[in-house]
Amino acid sequence: MGHTFDNILDQLATYKAGSETLRETILANLVMVGEIAAPTFQEQEKLQFLLQRFSEAGLPDASSDEVGNSVGLIPGKGGDKKNILLVAHADTVFAEEVDHTVTVHPDRVIGPGVGDNSLGVAVLASLSNLIEKLDLEFDSNLILMGASRSLGRGNLEGLRFFLENNTLPIQAAICLEGVQLGRLSITSLGMLRGEITCRVPNEYDGSRFGAAGAIFIMNEVINGLVEIPLPKRPKTSIIMGSIQGGTSFNSIAQSVRLRFEIRSESAQMVRDIRQHVENIIAKVTSETGTEINLDIFAGREPGGLELAHPLAHGTRAIMERLNIESRIAPSMSELTALIDRNIPAVTVGLTWGEHLNEPNESIQVEPISTGIAQLIGILMAVDRGFCHADG
Amino acid sequence: MPMDKWLKSHTFHYHAFWDILKCVREKEKQGLKISLCIPTLNEEKTIGKEVVIFQSELVTRYPLLDEIAVIDSGSTDQTRDVAASFGADVYLASDILPEVGDKKGKGENLWKAIYQLKGDIIVYVDADIKNIHPRFAYALVAPLIYNTETKYVKAFYDRPLTVSNIVRPSGGGRVTEILVRPLFSLFFPELAAIIQPLSGEYAVRREVLEAIPFPIGYGVETSHLMDIYRKWGMDAFGQTDLGRRIHRNQSTRDLGKMSFGILQTFLHRLESFGVMKDLPELSMCLQQFQADDDHYEQVQTEIFEEERPPMIEVPAYRKKRRLD
Repeated sequence: MGHTFDNILDQLATYKAGSETLRETILANLVMVGEIAAPTFQEQEKLQFLLQRFSEAGLPDASSDEVGNSVGLIPGKGGDKKNILLVAHADTVFAEEVDHTVTVHPDRVIGPGVGDNSLGVAVLASLSNLIEKLDLEFDSNLILMGASRSLGRGNLEGLRFFLENNTLPIQAAICLEGVQLGRLSITSLGMLRGEITCRVPNEYDGSRFGAAGAIFIMNEVINGLVEIPLPKRPKTSIIMGSIQGGTSFNSIAQSVRLRFEIRSESAQMVRDIRQHVENIIAKVTSETGTEINLDIFAGREPGGLELAHPLAHGTRAIMERLNIESRIAPSMSELTALIDRNIPAVTVGLTWGEHLNEPNESIQVEPISTGIAQLIGILMAVDRGFCHADG
Repeated sequence: MPMDKWLKSHTFHYHAFWDILKCVREKEKQGLKISLCIPTLNEEKTIGKEVVIFQSELVTRYPLLDEIAVIDSGSTDQTRDVAASFGADVYLASDILPEVGDKKGKGENLWKAIYQLKGDIIVYVDADIKNIHPRFAYALVAPLIYNTETKYVKAFYDRPLTVSNIVRPSGGGRVTEILVRPLFSLFFPELAAIIQPLSGEYAVRREVLEAIPFPIGYGVETSHLMDIYRKWGMDAFGQTDLGRRIHRNQSTRDLGKMSFGILQTFLHRLESFGVMKDLPELSMCLQQFQADDDHYEQVQTEIFEEERPPMIEVPAYRKKRRLD
């Protein structure tokens, strides 16, 4: 089985049927993973659950590391020379106080973070059962990793720590995201992520009629950001993700915080825009006499695979055979840490979902088996050497 | 037995039963069969998750349960379809023992489960638990497996005896604290040690289930405790702390109905036990009131706590179990 790439494509229907028989196992793992709150830096309980699943499956050396990652290894037949890394981030955007109850319907599952990324973690937790069910054998070791501290200020700390300390050579990596099926990321954009905080001094007379306050001052900053010239090529954007400030209707806001990202295909462009942002802040600070801070806490270098790379090409062929319409888009997540270390990697989604990162986030049940068949297909293709640039 | 001694030896925490595999091995050694029964009435929102969790964790991964049965009172939503789609055996209560008729009430489903299910132990779990987890079944069954003297294990979800200085929200257990525990304290003080006498989650040996009558409504849990206590004493009971349980909160008016049904059962038990003689004829009509501006309106609800006899007295059951 699997001597040629076509053999693997022919087996995809079998992988899909096999994963359908494990629907309850996958959904149960999804519920149990999804109901454990895991805001960034507080993923321990969720990752301990994953570790317990690895141990129950008898994976040797299942362990957690200093930053809380949970790692298990499904041994291949070929010793430690060939390794494929599967990684899913465990943290979500939801605070611990949010009701994490998950609801299961025959056609969909609803709950905070079910798509981003409880399904990814649940599939990692179920993979050993799935491989056993499908009676698959790999030459490569499969390293399964639930990553801590990925999102926001986590800045991929979990995966970066693992990659810094890992001693096994990794041939390729697959990043699992619950949604959307058809997503294919092979490149990373250059990125800077930060916060601009504006605070008016304590002695600022907020009760004075006509006084401006922090919101007006932040508005000046935003006007400056909007006027930064952005080229069409290389593709570049400034995303203003969230803004928070003030406490009531009738008191002038003392502080405002703007969260933003600069993204570009060009690292130089990211650096140029950062300089623009710093200039704007300096100008508004001097004009208003207020305290405006810029805190850049995460960054990515652009890079990744060419479309013609065998891993990208093979993944698209697998998607096509499964009638998954692929949509190629750059990633800002785990993929970038792998690109930084020149590890060929893709990010794929497992099913369709909606209301992403809202409390009523939902995912469809039926496409999960297609998403898993896609994953198994990629694993087989990498394992059999069909996805290596020198293969 | 002093209450504190009983509490120490018969109260467990679900953490103690984390080794489900060990429990499965012991169950197999004893040749036991275990059935899970989920009584339902319009529970389409929560039933899918319950079945998925128990099916995956306690049938496929650890074969502790031999069957998962949903016994439905005639839901008008998708409850039965959803449960069946995830692999539960689904029964309409009215289809079980049709010759004895069909009465409406959760107790009816629990009673008919004794006939329909094959387990030597039946674990009952309500369908409205939002944070369902395998512990809701394995941690109730385990004390029965490890201790052959124990016959009935009840769930509880609070720690009123260990955090007495902390005021907790009264999100559940109001009927327990203002009705049932005071009544037990008056008449059966030992039973007051059952921390959540009304919880809908418990595991019971068949020999006990088939020997006790079943009120079909609100009084079923209270009557179980009284009947088992009278017949087998406190040593028959165990209770397990299952941590948090999130469920629908009921209105005060609904709790009034529940209390009315429980009181009926309780008073009739007192009479039949000979504890209270010459009980007057009790009204079956609960009187409640609702205000409309300055106008007060009476709301009357008929609540009649009918009982099913011990299953062992039902001829069809005796025939099915070959007891004659």
